[in-house]
Amino acid sequence: MNATPQLLFDALSLGGIYAMAALGIALIFGVMKLVNFAHGQYIAFCVFALIVPSTDAVAVMFLGKAPAIILIPVLLLIGAAIAVASELFVFRHMRNATPVAMMVSSFALGFVIQNTLLLIYSSRPKAVSLWPELNQPVSIIGASIPLLQIIVIFTTLLVVVTLALLLKRTRIGLEMRAAAENFTMARLLGVRANVVITGAFALSGALAAAVALIMVTQTGVADIRMGGQIMLVAFIATVIGGLGSLPGAVAAGFLIGAASVVLQGFLPLEARPFRDAFLYTLVIVSLLLKPDGLFAPRSTKPRV
Amino acid sequence: MAQTHKQKRLSAWSTPILLIAILAVFTLLVTLLGDNSLARMAAQTLIRVTFVVGLWIFVGNSGIVSFGHAGYMAVGAYCSAWLTLRPQMKGMFLPDLWPFLATAEWSVFPAAVVSGLLAAFIALLSGAAILRLSGIAASIATFAFLAIVYTVYSSWEGVTGATSSVVGLTRYADQWVTLGWASATILAAAWYANSASGLALRASREDEVAADASGINMYRHRLIALVVSAFFAGVAGALFGHSLGVLNPNSFYLGVTFITLAMLVVGGIGSLTGAVMGVLVLSIIIEALVRMERGMEIGEATFALPTGAQEIIIGVIMILVLILRPTGLTGGRELRLRIGGR
Repeated sequence: MNATPQLLFDALSLGGIYAMAALGIALIFGVMKLVNFAHGQYIAFCVFALIVPSTDAVAVMFLGKAPAIILIPVLLLIGAAIAVASELFVFRHMRNATPVAMMVSSFALGFVIQNTLLLIYSSRPKAVSLWPELNQPVSIIGASIPLLQIIVIFTTLLVVVTLALLLKRTRIGLEMRAAAENFTMARLLGVRANVVITGAFALSGALAAAVALIMVTQTGVADIRMGGQIMLVAFIATVIGGLGSLPGAVAAGFLIGAASVVLQGFLPLEARPFRDAFLYTLVIVSLLLKPDGLFAPRSTKPRV
Repeated sequence: MAQTHKQKRLSAWSTPILLIAILAVFTLLVTLLGDNSLARMAAQTLIRVTFVVGLWIFVGNSGIVSFGHAGYMAVGAYCSAWLTLRPQMKGMFLPDLWPFLATAEWSVFPAAVVSGLLAAFIALLSGAAILRLSGIAASIATFAFLAIVYTVYSSWEGVTGATSSVVGLTRYADQWVTLGWASATILAAAWYANSASGLALRASREDEVAADASGINMYRHRLIALVVSAFFAGVAGALFGHSLGVLNPNSFYLGVTFITLAMLVVGGIGSLTGAVMGVLVLSIIIEALVRMERGMEIGEATFALPTGAQEIIIGVIMILVLILRPTGLTGGRELRLRIGGR
């Protein structure tokens, strides 16, 4: 056993999940200054879309039975659909509201989604076995790594590269970047606001679905609370990455993943239950050193 | 139209008096007309008033959303438990308490005050760092603070009982005690909002750059507001423990953070009246829905909402209020009497 590569792979795969969730939040913040607290519930919703609605402890697969080639695109579409629906029914009516009011309404929406899941599936966590063969360890440079971790790392890379190409090379991508920079000016110059916002929500929902697939394969459990913790981390990552900066969100996601793996590995045994307290102290320290985030886009700096 | 300065100040002071009168009438009605469970619900509501008005002292005046106040609440709640629990119980459940706490057996009122002071002290320490930030970065830092408090209190086995509950607290916080504290909080909030520091802070909320140029030290006033605000959050925590008799770190995490912020925003973050009204309106709706979940007889048929429907309806109501009135139900206005000329 070799500890260092093991830590490295743990850090990369955990960071990859955080980065993908953070991207989903940063995309929406960029175009409409909305901190979307419902994002974690999109993740939970996508997990539960895999199984037959019932209150039993062992889940019966529904969509989860389909072969991967159908399952993955359909689940991404479901994620996009719920995000677009929430924009249509809630956030579209709040375009002129204050950021605080929008934040609270996104929380209320998450609350509604979570309790709808509770009503249908009960609060008991369910065992779900999706692609169990992916948790088989394979050995790479002296460490034995579950295959899934490697897939997560490559998926993150793929997602980031695709997203970067989409934003740089397509018209909608150009419009999204313009909208993130200065929404009012972009609209004056002919950016189609509704298309951009709907597009951002669809992408964000698809990212939530990707995170959901990875989490359920990794843990083998479907729990209505599973989105909450990761959403918090992702939310923090978007801020310390520099609000509105997409590369910043990705980098900060990886950074938080790495920090938590390193703390887990090197903290003395009696301090380990307090790991998150150390992690969040680091978050405060990083904000004190760089209040605008590590990779702040130019637009966030106030002009005095 | 021409009100003198004195008349304006008098009519500003009518706001807290009216709000306290409303709460007193509410408590009296519940006590005279309702059963025991309704009285308990009134006590819970008044504890929330204490907490939300305490939260408003900081959020309403500074404009920074704080996610960390549930942390100050936890600090207050556990401090009061350390001071008031019988020493034998502490020896059994909290063996690692410091000697002077392990033998302490205070009466409830000084314990509540000291709990508030401890929360205020923690606010001074944490705020000194957090409030160097502004806007959303400050909000995130308060979130990180809440997560730190939660992690510490739910892992520190010998001092807080970790995730197992602390039991056996004196249940003295009935509707009258909590009415007293809620009134005190409202008076303090009105006093702070009209003080020089409160006015300076609200100027900086409206326009940071202009306030800075006028020589307002934003950092100092934010810190003062946070300390005052955390005192009442700590007291609300102490009352919370002494109304249920049981403490658990999970009571002071995301759930309570969001529901109390929702009350503040639904009522209207811009005014003290909004903070009080938000708590009353949402608490009454929640209570009505809980009763409907248990089943209600209408004529022959028993009508009951399915379990969990209550939360969904609350969420939908919150969204509707925010869509229709983005500045909250009160829209930033205060309830006040016009005193003197018109």
